Amino acid sequence: MQNPTPAIPDPEIQAVIDKDLHLEGPLLPILHGLQTTFGHIPDTAIALVAAALNITKAEVHGVMSFYHDFRQVPAGRHVLRICRAEACQAMGGKALADETLASLGLDWHGTTANGAVTIEPVYCLGLCACAPAAMVDDKVIGRVDKARMDTILQEAGA
Amino acid sequence: MKIYVPLDSAAKALGADAVAAAIKAEAAKRGLEVTLIRNGSHGMIWLEPLVEIDTGTGRQGFGPVTVADVPALLDGKMASLGPVEEIPFFARQTRLTFARCGIIDPLDLADYEAHGGLAGLRRALAMSGPDIIKEVTDSGLRGRGGAGFPTGIKWNTVMEAEAVQKYIVCNADEGDSGTFADRMIMEGDPFTLIEGMAIAGIGVGATKGYVYLRSEYPDAINVMNQAVKLARQNRLLGADILGSGKAFDMEIRVGAGAYVCGEETSLLNSMEGKRGEVRFKPPLPALEGFMGRPTVVNNVISLATVPVIFEKGAAHYADFGLGRSKGTMPIQIAGNVKYGGLFETAFGMPLGELVNDVAGGTASGHPVRAVQVGGPLGAYMPPAKFDTPFAYEEFDGQEALIGHAGIVVFDDSVDMLQMARFAMEFCSVESCGKCTPCRIGSVRGVETIDRIARGDADAIPLLADLCDTMTDGSLCALGGFTPYPVMSALTHFPEDFATVKEAAE
Ligand SMILES: Cc1cc2nc3c(=O)[nH]c(=O)nc-3n(C[C@H](O)[C@H](O)[C@H](O)COP(=O)(O)O)c2cc1C
Ligand code: FES
Repeated sequence: MQNPTPAIPDPEIQAVIDKDLHLEGPLLPILHGLQTTFGHIPDTAIALVAAALNITKAEVHGVMSFYHDFRQVPAGRHVLRICRAEACQAMGGKALADETLASLGLDWHGTTANGAVTIEPVYCLGLCACAPAAMVDDKVIGRVDKARMDTILQEAGA
Repeated sequence: MKIYVPLDSAAKALGADAVAAAIKAEAAKRGLEVTLIRNGSHGMIWLEPLVEIDTGTGRQGFGPVTVADVPALLDGKMASLGPVEEIPFFARQTRLTFARCGIIDPLDLADYEAHGGLAGLRRALAMSGPDIIKEVTDSGLRGRGGAGFPTGIKWNTVMEAEAVQKYIVCNADEGDSGTFADRMIMEGDPFTLIEGMAIAGIGVGATKGYVYLRSEYPDAINVMNQAVKLARQNRLLGADILGSGKAFDMEIRVGAGAYVCGEETSLLNSMEGKRGEVRFKPPLPALEGFMGRPTVVNNVISLATVPVIFEKGAAHYADFGLGRSKGTMPIQIAGNVKYGGLFETAFGMPLGELVNDVAGGTASGHPVRAVQVGGPLGAYMPPAKFDTPFAYEEFDGQEALIGHAGIVVFDDSVDMLQMARFAMEFCSVESCGKCTPCRIGSVRGVETIDRIARGDADAIPLLADLCDTMTDGSLCALGGFTPYPVMSALTHFPEDFATVKEAAE
């Protein structure tokens, strides 16, 4: 289990919101800003975002939940995204993903017990000519086989 | 001595950063004076990291280079590929949109200009709006995002609309499996896209632009942000573009992991901070787009092709191609292929030539069984259809589409029932939920294909019926085109759908 995250003070959240308020269509940039800064979108941010943009909390929640990227609870220390799309499947991506999940005893979106790695599915990383592909945080990896996957997981501390 | 190591994400994914670091370290150890340039990729991904060395007599390619190869590389003992432009995969291409990609330093504006950059913009700045639109129309350029709509017609609608503010929105959501042309040009020649957007802005009277760039592309986001900053510093963007008195500026916006946000109205909702749900059309985005104002929404490649059209002239561009598919297409060859990568060529090359000849068949050495063209909403083509010329109408005539021109090759180990199932599953995961045929139909589709897999022959006509409903009743091409991969799999590979009962008979 992960340690409960300490509450983030409102002024810190507000500062992130304020940074992007001047933009046309500021909600997505604000949500990205919150997630980049805090690793997730804290519950307490929803009311603050709603107030800043003069929309309802339900609207903020509706937008947040529409997109695969936004998370309401922190991920593991690293996020490993494995491509599930067709070009990667053509190169054995499905077996690789299945094996990886099985070896960790996880399902998609799961986090290892030590909190090191969260595994997310992704549909194409634009690395289709060097498939199968994966990404650890912002680092891209191509032609992933079992050996390379083991190294990735080991380096991430899974 | 100049050494080029690509910064393209495919090159990075195969170790380019480590190779670049090793070259630096080894050069320092030897006291060699080396200028290390991080270029874009030439698009021959099986050779990445493809390093080039120029000792003053021209660039020589080496690849794929590993960290362990670096000492030999600097000793001149590694076997060379020769000049990159003489490698057959590259030599047979017609590079117009990608002319500079791989050659220049993507963030060096002087290098960009030295290779033909800004010539198109300078020409456009001296032209009237209607003349700019005419040039684009005459070039025959059609939208490269998938639908193939004539770009000049779209621009004309926006030009003629009256509004206090108009926008140019670049669709860089590139979610199709098997495609990476947008990513490659943004990482390898970002000023081309900026220049294309500026020309679009001047043409239609829009002073503000956005690039909606998917979050799965952190490297492209990074390069584009730097390029926009440099463009602003050098007055390629801003209130007075290249001293013309005309204004255009732009921002990069990051998507949030939703395939459907590549659909233009969903994209506009997303940019406005709403759920990425598809809008009813009309109104057209050209009239009521971002913030309800007239907006050009174009794919990255459509916009990045505009500069070369203005540099070389509409006629030069329109001279390439086949029928109503004019110019060139950066075709992306991926999946189970020997030589995968980006191949820009005039429309019209037969699919089989691309797969067997250019790409050299499968990487596994097994026979090619199926090729999916045009992303997850594109049809699976069997080798029997390999004489189909790569062009819009020709693919349409085969109940297929070229889409964003990704080709994904599968060998004989592929289970086409599973691929059909995946197409339905993908649709259900990515559906925006606004229309029923897509939202519910895709879930029923997965169930129906599972029934077929369990040996229920009655489920086959049901699947065909369901696909008809999705085609006719979906609001956008996500639900509307998912039947392409499903029905093409069923039609061309019926043996994979043979029910247990039939198989036993
Ligand atoms: C589900 C769906 C996803 C799409 N994804 C993209 C995309 O990632 N990139 C793109 O340029 N067009 C995409 N399109 C097409 C756009 O709706 C639109 O036609 C295109 O951006 C127009 O630009 P173009 O005329 O330059 O092609 C998608 C369409 C649908 C229905
Ligand atoms: S399909 Fe996996 S990276 Fe494109």
